Amino acid sequence: MSALQLEGLRKSFGSLRATDNVSLGVEDGECHAVIGPNGAGKTTLIGEITGEIAPDAGRISLFGVDVTSWNVPRRALSGLARSFQITQLAPGFTALDNAAFAVQARQGHSFRFIADARKDKRLREPALAALEQVGLADRADRNAEALSHGERRQLELAVALAMQPRLLLLDEPMAGMGPEEGARMVEILRGIKRTMTIVLVEHDMDAVFALADRVSVLVNGAILKTGTPREVRDDARVRDAYLGAGAH
Amino acid sequence: MLNRTNLATLLVVLAFLAVPMAATWLGTNYVITLATRVAIYGIVAVSLDMLVGRGNLVSFGHAAYFGLGGYAVAIASFHLANDVPIFGWSGTNEALIAWPLAMAVAGLAALVIGALSLRTAGVYFIMITLAFAQMLFFLFVALKYYGGDDGLSLSTRNLFAGNRITDSRTFYWICVSALALCVLLSWRILNSRFGMVLRGAAASERRMAALGFPVYRYRLAAFVIAGMMAGLAGALWANQNRFVSPDMLSWVRSGEFLVMVIMGGLSSLVGPVVGAAAFLLIESYLSGATEHWQMIFGPFVLLVAVFAPRGLWGAVRGKDRQ
Amino acid sequence: MQLFLEQLLNGLQLSLTLFLLAAGLTLVFGIMGVINLAHGSLYMIGAYAGAYAAAKTGTFWLALPAGLAAAALVGAAMEFIIVRRLYARDHLSQVLATFGLILFFNGFIAWSAGRSPLLIETPPQLAGFVEVLPGLRYPAYRLAMMAVGVAVALGLWWMISRTRVGMLIRAGSDKREMVEALGVDIAKLFTLVFALGALLAGLAGVMVGPIRSVQIGMGEQVLITTFVVIVVGGIGSIRGAFAGALLIGLCDTLGRAYVPMLLKSWLSGPLADGLGAALASVIIYLVMALVLVIRPRGLFPVSG
Ligand SMILES: Nc1ncnc2c1ncn2[C@@H]1O[C@H](COP(=O)(O)OP(=O)(O)O)[C@@H](O)[C@H]1O
Ligand SMILES: [Mg+2]
Repeated sequence: MSALQLEGLRKSFGSLRATDNVSLGVEDGECHAVIGPNGAGKTTLIGEITGEIAPDAGRISLFGVDVTSWNVPRRALSGLARSFQITQLAPGFTALDNAAFAVQARQGHSFRFIADARKDKRLREPALAALEQVGLADRADRNAEALSHGERRQLELAVALAMQPRLLLLDEPMAGMGPEEGARMVEILRGIKRTMTIVLVEHDMDAVFALADRVSVLVNGAILKTGTPREVRDDARVRDAYLGAGAH
Repeated sequence: MLNRTNLATLLVVLAFLAVPMAATWLGTNYVITLATRVAIYGIVAVSLDMLVGRGNLVSFGHAAYFGLGGYAVAIASFHLANDVPIFGWSGTNEALIAWPLAMAVAGLAALVIGALSLRTAGVYFIMITLAFAQMLFFLFVALKYYGGDDGLSLSTRNLFAGNRITDSRTFYWICVSALALCVLLSWRILNSRFGMVLRGAAASERRMAALGFPVYRYRLAAFVIAGMMAGLAGALWANQNRFVSPDMLSWVRSGEFLVMVIMGGLSSLVGPVVGAAAFLLIESYLSGATEHWQMIFGPFVLLVAVFAPRGLWGAVRGKDRQ
Repeated sequence: MQLFLEQLLNGLQLSLTLFLLAAGLTLVFGIMGVINLAHGSLYMIGAYAGAYAAAKTGTFWLALPAGLAAAALVGAAMEFIIVRRLYARDHLSQVLATFGLILFFNGFIAWSAGRSPLLIETPPQLAGFVEVLPGLRYPAYRLAMMAVGVAVALGLWWMISRTRVGMLIRAGSDKREMVEALGVDIAKLFTLVFALGALLAGLAGVMVGPIRSVQIGMGEQVLITTFVVIVVGGIGSIRGAFAGALLIGLCDTLGRAYVPMLLKSWLSGPLADGLGAALASVIIYLVMALVLVIRPRGLFPVSG
């Protein structure tokens, strides 16, 4: 069974085709990279998968279930997590709080009105474990907005991991990171790779080739090629379109 | 830990405890009347802060739930006085029945209005909550059977656990206890799992939705809880004044409630109570000094909004950690 | 039938008045992102300035420019002194600050003009009736009001779709840098737009003078109805303001005329009277609720 199945997805913003008839299957346990120049429609595609953006046409299935009509929270609860290209952490809350939100969401409804959530071990411990996983444990009590850029990217990932998703969508997790932080992120991702299905949007080709089982190239909203990293690298059209468009 | 915030909270508690003594000492009951009003408005302000401060939901119609609570009590009492008790049952004069009833009525209205208003956000939400409150205002103006414009008088206060509440001090303690309960309850709620979702959604709605929280439902629940608290305050107000009128639901009052919250300090539990006290003191002083007190109070509100959006409690809190 | 047509005209007349107010409010919100509760105060100021001028000079034709000038000047001053400090602030601060302004203006009018309602005399040239259809006589003054409303709507449409100012307005607040790059003084543009909104509010205020009493609180009453109009139409859209004004003006007028009557044919007795009046007075809010259920962002949603 495929973890994610997209069929004929289309989305236009005015006259601009941000997603142009995209069909794609991602196998269970696969790490699938999506690359493409800026403005190719990668973030839009992620938005359509999570339910934030309603496609004009096409279908989306998660683990064999058609979720096209589901809203964002419902898809999330069915095992879908994402990181945001532009970090969307809750300001005013600590790193641990941010991860605890994810744990709380996974534990069912939160219509519990009396017990102090910040003293709840069932929230704190898994949240701390997620922070440890990305190496942020010593920042647990820092407010999210007081973290460095690299740390915020790590926290984005920790929050997604704390959801214990079956399918993880990562939107440029290494954007704006230094080489050291980037290498560290690759290590973290390598560690979780086989434990869940991953769709990785990334510009850093080294990271993509280090992690991905298969790669899809998106150009002008359409998939130009899908194949193994080697196949994609050797494809002349990809070189033309992608490198010609001026990205890395 | 005795930081500035806790010290100020302690002072507020002591002030409430000292009111009856102060009244004896000054030889005037007006202190009690005013402090009772502070407690009642304090409940409204605390409940409104749960929405505005914690939930980032600027409701401009909170007076509607306050008024509904008042009318629920008054209408029950009106039917009793005219020998047509509701459902032929005279139990509705008991506070322990009438007040929860008032809360239920207000909560029900909040459920319906919230369900509609929360489909929108931002400035739409402000305008729509205001409009629905105005609708209820006109409804009571048009209901001539219940006094219309002129309002409705209660022949007596509700009985409290079977006892008549004639003494203003007794009533004061009832109101202060209700306020304390509401503050404590808000405090628990805001730190609970539920409260975390509500506050998290105010900080980043996108994030909370992506985590799997159906944010709308949590907000609606908060809207209903806040409406019920305001309803309780309305019931108390009706009992204090033995009178209700559409004025309780007017948009000016909704605006005043917001002023109390901001003046006291958003997201601070005790701040809104201080805001209610400050508002009532200023109002009572200014309106005693001049008939045109709004000419002074209006610019004051404006200055608070522009220059002191953190309010009094923001100043108290100073550098204390949140 | 005749009664119905007359009510229809009354409804249109209310619609056009509401449109004058809604247009200014929605422009200010659409362009500057400010929610201005004191818009109703500008309406009241227009009416009072008009009433004052009419009382002093004895003619409506001087009341009109006086009301317009007063509202526009107060509006421009309001923008210059206060509102521009609120552009970057959240809606809560804007609501509160402009709420303070309302209190001030109400207090100021009570202090300077007293609390008793005033009336502006209908100009004698428009005092009569016009036979609109055979057998249907309608006050000339109200017809003139409607004509002004239509003219303003056309003028706004022309301004927004055909002029440079209109282009800047359409560019909207989020494209501030772009507009500034064109060498436009944004601050001045904002003052201008705000004053224009105030002028329209003042116009509505003076024109209403001869058919309704001029009194404190008239602004807030109509302001909230105006909110309903722009929520229904879609905030920020002039077209939405026009459609919303028509819908709300007609529903309100026809509702008040016919709902109690209809209710009486089903129910009887004093209960029907009371219920009918109550229902009629809340009908526009029910319309708003209905629109919200179907289209939460109004009939003509503005993207972005
Ligand atoms: N909400 C939107 N409205 C209009 N255009 C949009 C919107 N979101 C994205 N776009 C446009 O769609 C195209 C794809 O954007 P995006 O998905 O963010 O690309 P990528 O993530 O591959 O860089 C871009 O040209 C972008 O400007
Ligand atoms: Mg992107």
